[in-house]
Amino acid sequence: MHVVVIGNGVAGVTAARTIRKRSDAKITIVSSESPHFFSRPALMYIYMGHLEFEHTKPYEDHFWRKNRIDLLHARVDAIDTTARSITMNNGSTLTYDALVLATGSRTAFYDWPGQNLRGVHGFTTLQDLAAIEASSVGARKAIVVGGGLIGVEAAEMLHARGIDVTMLVRENAYWRNVLPPEESAMIGAHLARHGIDIRYNTELRSIDGTECVRGVTLTTGETIASNMVMICTGVRPTTDLALRSGIAVQRGIVVNEFFETSAPHVYAVGDCAEQNGIVELLWYSARAHGEHVGAVICGERSPYARDVFYNSAKFFDIEYQTYGSVPAKLDGVTSIVWQHAHKDRFLRIVHRDGIVCGFNALGLRLRAEICMQWIRARTPVDVVLRDLKRANFNEEFFAWEVAV
Amino acid sequence: MTTINIMLPKEITDRHQLPMHERIGYGMVALAAFLLLLGAFGGPLTASPVLYCLLTIGLSTIGGLMVILPRFRQLPGIKNNGVMTSGLTRRGLLAWMLGVAFTAFYVILYWYPEYLGSMTASVDPISWTLRGAPADRWFLYGTLYTVAVLIMGIRMLAKYRHSPYHLVRTASVMLSQLALAFVLPAILVRLHSHEFYFHYFWPLKPDYLFPSSLQALFASDDKLIVFMGFWTVMMSFIAVPVLTYFFGKRWYCSWVCGCGALAETMGDPFRQNSDKSLKAWKAERWIVHGVLVFIVLTTALIWLNSWYGGEILGSWSASWAKAYGFYIGSLFSGVIGVGFYPIMGSRVWCRFGCPQAAILGLLQKWFSRFRITTNGGQCISCGNCSTYCEMGIDVRSYAQRGVDIKRASCVGCGVCASVCPRGVLKLENQ
Repeated sequence: MHVVVIGNGVAGVTAARTIRKRSDAKITIVSSESPHFFSRPALMYIYMGHLEFEHTKPYEDHFWRKNRIDLLHARVDAIDTTARSITMNNGSTLTYDALVLATGSRTAFYDWPGQNLRGVHGFTTLQDLAAIEASSVGARKAIVVGGGLIGVEAAEMLHARGIDVTMLVRENAYWRNVLPPEESAMIGAHLARHGIDIRYNTELRSIDGTECVRGVTLTTGETIASNMVMICTGVRPTTDLALRSGIAVQRGIVVNEFFETSAPHVYAVGDCAEQNGIVELLWYSARAHGEHVGAVICGERSPYARDVFYNSAKFFDIEYQTYGSVPAKLDGVTSIVWQHAHKDRFLRIVHRDGIVCGFNALGLRLRAEICMQWIRARTPVDVVLRDLKRANFNEEFFAWEVAV
Repeated sequence: MTTINIMLPKEITDRHQLPMHERIGYGMVALAAFLLLLGAFGGPLTASPVLYCLLTIGLSTIGGLMVILPRFRQLPGIKNNGVMTSGLTRRGLLAWMLGVAFTAFYVILYWYPEYLGSMTASVDPISWTLRGAPADRWFLYGTLYTVAVLIMGIRMLAKYRHSPYHLVRTASVMLSQLALAFVLPAILVRLHSHEFYFHYFWPLKPDYLFPSSLQALFASDDKLIVFMGFWTVMMSFIAVPVLTYFFGKRWYCSWVCGCGALAETMGDPFRQNSDKSLKAWKAERWIVHGVLVFIVLTTALIWLNSWYGGEILGSWSASWAKAYGFYIGSLFSGVIGVGFYPIMGSRVWCRFGCPQAAILGLLQKWFSRFRITTNGGQCISCGNCSTYCEMGIDVRSYAQRGVDIKRASCVGCGVCASVCPRGVLKLENQ
């Protein structure tokens, strides 16, 4: 059996590794982005000088040969789903018994005037990073459009290199469409303390300049001068190859609960896949998809069922973890909230009729396994409060003085 | 399709020019080093030791603090910005120059002390105050070493002050170096007692368990000296396994040990240069355990020889011990161990050479409650933990699989847990 994986991000690589663990199939990963797998969330650390590109590779280069996973650095131009073959830009073709599409997502540009000017960037790929690097030469001021996870990464990395950042946020607080008001407020204040100029209730109308970016105009008509514009308003599944090859696509590549697309023997996972109308666009989910599709291809045909949701991020110096469901609008749920008097530490425990359903932690580390187990087992919130110490994952000597 | 090379344009790095107070501070440290060297040739400096001391130890302390103290005003949190783009911290010209300077210093200290000339005069005032005796080259070395640990320890406290673990641990190594390695032995000299280091044991100080030294301690009329005999035996055979069982090897390597003290303070800016490859790990295991076997054999030979009154082996065991002292004690721990800091990271000796670390490591791996635990599936494989591990452990390879890390070499410095942007790692005694 020959399994071909298109895309060497976390979904594709996890699929390949899972198949290798379970079978002797021939495995080939094709990527146009990079010869080897690297950690996409680590790109910002390369720019900031914390890491070199080599450090972001989760496996040493000899890993792939040892595990008999062939890597091709090429772009796939066409899939022939009847002949079960793919054609690459170097003219060569490969036939497959199973094909996994893990093409990920790219920055969504919403047709702003001037979005093709030099100095306008998305931030999802290695190529984006190289372009940002080039634009940074001599740059003094940057506009970050969008107040979400990539937006705060962009703000942090540019700021670390001495570029002044103005952040345009459509909502009235940071990431307010996802976070409850207290969390939004704490992070917004933290960003401001780091010298980020955050403008709430603002939207981009156009990007101005002739060849290079000279500034932006807001919907209010106000203009702000800048050398760079980072578009961080979200990403869109990369579906063009699937679309060209006659595979059903809506927002993402449509898959069933086994990650099977409309074409036989073709699967899709990660950011590019749409399951039950949902595109997850999350690193952790992409990895879970990869594991699941690997098992399916090896004959373990069980439907994918998502575990308790979790996610994490870091907003400059504030670490963020979330487990279960913590809605931005806290309708129908009750919150128990603890906040440190003067440090950026915050814990929210959310319950519905006394049954715990979610956690948000800022500046605190919670033990994932315990929190997820509590949510899975529909634990009463009194029990959670009583045993809260079990969820402490902070370092030693850390004062875990949670007084609810 | 071309490979993307991420290169920092020069204009960007140039923009991060040092602020004025840092430039002055570094200038003062460089001037102090120059004046110290100048004193080797005698002249007016060495004629007035107080002035010489102020212009070297004093000036470098003030310069160092001028660079470091303002950092307490910055917002707390991990700031490794530019570490990979600065030549000093990423094997550039400055790093090589510094490495050559360190290495040259050790070579002169160990084998060509005559070239130190009258440099020891620079620490004479301190030596007379503490020890009631003139300084020798080892006191000069000990003073420079302690000053480096204290100044760079303050830098460490500033850099990691958001983390209570680092504050406590750094304070511990600084205090240990100042009290146990510097002041206490000096006072023992002053009291005409036996110069003894309570925080070093066999096999890091192999001669502490050699029959001649033990016999000398136990035969003394001085109760304090007899206590030293008990202490060294008790620490080597009881405290090491018991404390390691409860806390892992970190209780020693990153809280008490003098080599650890330098690595955790002056070595911190270079920690990312340790080799993380599988190859390096294989080499490490052969070399460090080889050194352990070497010292165990040496000690056994010397005891056997003493047992049989020197009849069987003659002077052979003495030259064997001498070889150990030269190759391991001086060449490995000093020249390579510290001299190569800027190129191979701060723990070259501790990782590849230290027999004490080898013993603690075996205990840690097989008989200890210490481990680094990982937090479910939260790892994003970014590589910060592995990159900033001074012992060259590929921490990420465990974290991304969600398994506990139990590695013989881990000194429990806790930096992997601090640099993790997703809160995945935690040091625990389970």
